Amino acid sequence: MNAPARPAVPLNITPTGPGSAGREAPAPLPMRMNVSKLNFFYGAKQALFDISLGIATNKVTALIGPSGCGKSTLLRTLNRMHETVRSSRLEGEILLDGQDILSQDVTQLRRRVGMVFQRPNPFPKSIFDNVAYGLRINGTKLPMAEAVEKSLRHAALWDEVKDQLHKSAYDLSGGQQQRLCIARALAVEPEVLLLDEPCSALDPISTAKIEELLVSLKDFCTITIVTHNMQQAARVSDFTAFLLTGQLIEFSPTPHLFTTPADPRTEAYITGRFG
Amino acid sequence: MNNRLRWRKFVSNFMLTMTGVCAVVAVSVLFFILGYLVYHGGTSINWNFFTKLPAPVGESGGGMANAIVGSAKLLLLAALIGVPIGFMGAIYLAEFSGSSVAFVVRYAADLLNGVPSIVIGIFAYSLAVLPFKHFSTLAGGLALGVMMVPITLRSTEEFLRAVPRALREGAMALGASKSKTIATVIVPAAYRGILTAILLAFARVAGETAPLLFTAFGSRFWSPGWNQPTASLPVMIFTYAIAPYEDWHRQAWAAGLVLLGLILVINILARAILARGIAVPRS
Repeated sequence: MNAPARPAVPLNITPTGPGSAGREAPAPLPMRMNVSKLNFFYGAKQALFDISLGIATNKVTALIGPSGCGKSTLLRTLNRMHETVRSSRLEGEILLDGQDILSQDVTQLRRRVGMVFQRPNPFPKSIFDNVAYGLRINGTKLPMAEAVEKSLRHAALWDEVKDQLHKSAYDLSGGQQQRLCIARALAVEPEVLLLDEPCSALDPISTAKIEELLVSLKDFCTITIVTHNMQQAARVSDFTAFLLTGQLIEFSPTPHLFTTPADPRTEAYITGRFG
Repeated sequence: MNNRLRWRKFVSNFMLTMTGVCAVVAVSVLFFILGYLVYHGGTSINWNFFTKLPAPVGESGGGMANAIVGSAKLLLLAALIGVPIGFMGAIYLAEFSGSSVAFVVRYAADLLNGVPSIVIGIFAYSLAVLPFKHFSTLAGGLALGVMMVPITLRSTEEFLRAVPRALREGAMALGASKSKTIATVIVPAAYRGILTAILLAFARVAGETAPLLFTAFGSRFWSPGWNQPTASLPVMIFTYAIAPYEDWHRQAWAAGLVLLGLILVINILARAILARGIAVPRS
């Protein structure tokens, strides 16, 4: 993976509430993406308020918070999927490897920042064609069969589907479909993979497989995951951001956030007093 | 109390029976027509019907080979006009237009769909017959093509809109542009429905008679090229059915059966093609 073009910045770039005093400052990490002073609007309604945070390279960053807190919206701005909503408006700056994503070609950006959605959404094509899709539309010269196998292996799906690559993607179970969607996203070798509650439609066994997979993907990919499941955030992520009503309340290394939250609202949420 | 309950049960049973009777009536009309057609047409149809030109008035025998070819040519023209306009228009409506434009076009298409076919015939007559001072296959094809546009457009649009948003987002998140998403994901996901819609439109205009009466007109001979009047099955049926000859009546029945068989074959073929694709499951 490329080294980031921008000097590393400290992780904790938002002020945290009382209680953070005395805690040792986290070591500076290389950042794949940086969000600063992000305000986001759906029409007249503001959904995100002055969000600033960094997505550390080759780590898993989790976004948690109650429904409607803006965590999915924040995730979708990272590869500009918010632009599919007509009335949306964004202020602020989002950098990928030090470059402003808002002035880039959106096609190139989404190739570098892939996305997996809440419900598995394979195309009505064969398993093979699903994985090959991103490569084909980007006009790759790579040998297709090898690229597809590599992505399916990365998504821990190869052994289950290698004999039925030309069957419909809808013949797979829900968990397999979701891993297929991950393979499809990985095929174009993105630097960042965004996952929007990828396990919310899956059973516990499929969920466990995907969580295991996410941890293994860290070697070559930077991951940001939105989840409403706090245990999941605790299990898979290195850093956790807690959002509430469009504001970033707390952003720390995951063990810190779950054991010694700095803000009383974070504590209230993770102990299940609301949400 | 007991009386009221009995009355309610009576109303319920009565209405249930009525709905059942109406369903049976609806289906039996169809089967009656089919049976009558097969009975009369089946006894009159023979190999000559498909290979011979109509016999001169007064002689018996002969066939409708020219009308079968004429109908095929008219339908080909209609498809060439109606399908691209309906299909591309539907893509614009479903994917690109603002809601006010979409409303106007949709409303206009619905109105066009409701225009009596004879009026569409007059339209084609003034556009493609009057300026050239003669009837032609081209004019007939134009009339049928215009009729296909609104049916194809409206149903294609519905099928495109029914493609789940998740599929669009999936493609766009992989870096596909909007046009690429439409061409590689949305249309393939909707193509079974679109094909069915086109075939329904096709079947609908295949039996149209009124707009052909004064566009393609009719002919008792072969009609080479596109620029001359041509025979067609529906107009032949009309002409033969009102003629005073017993033999012609039998041939009209045979023509009806052929027309019906043609539509049936189109439908079966379409379903065979559809069965091979991958359908998007309903969630």
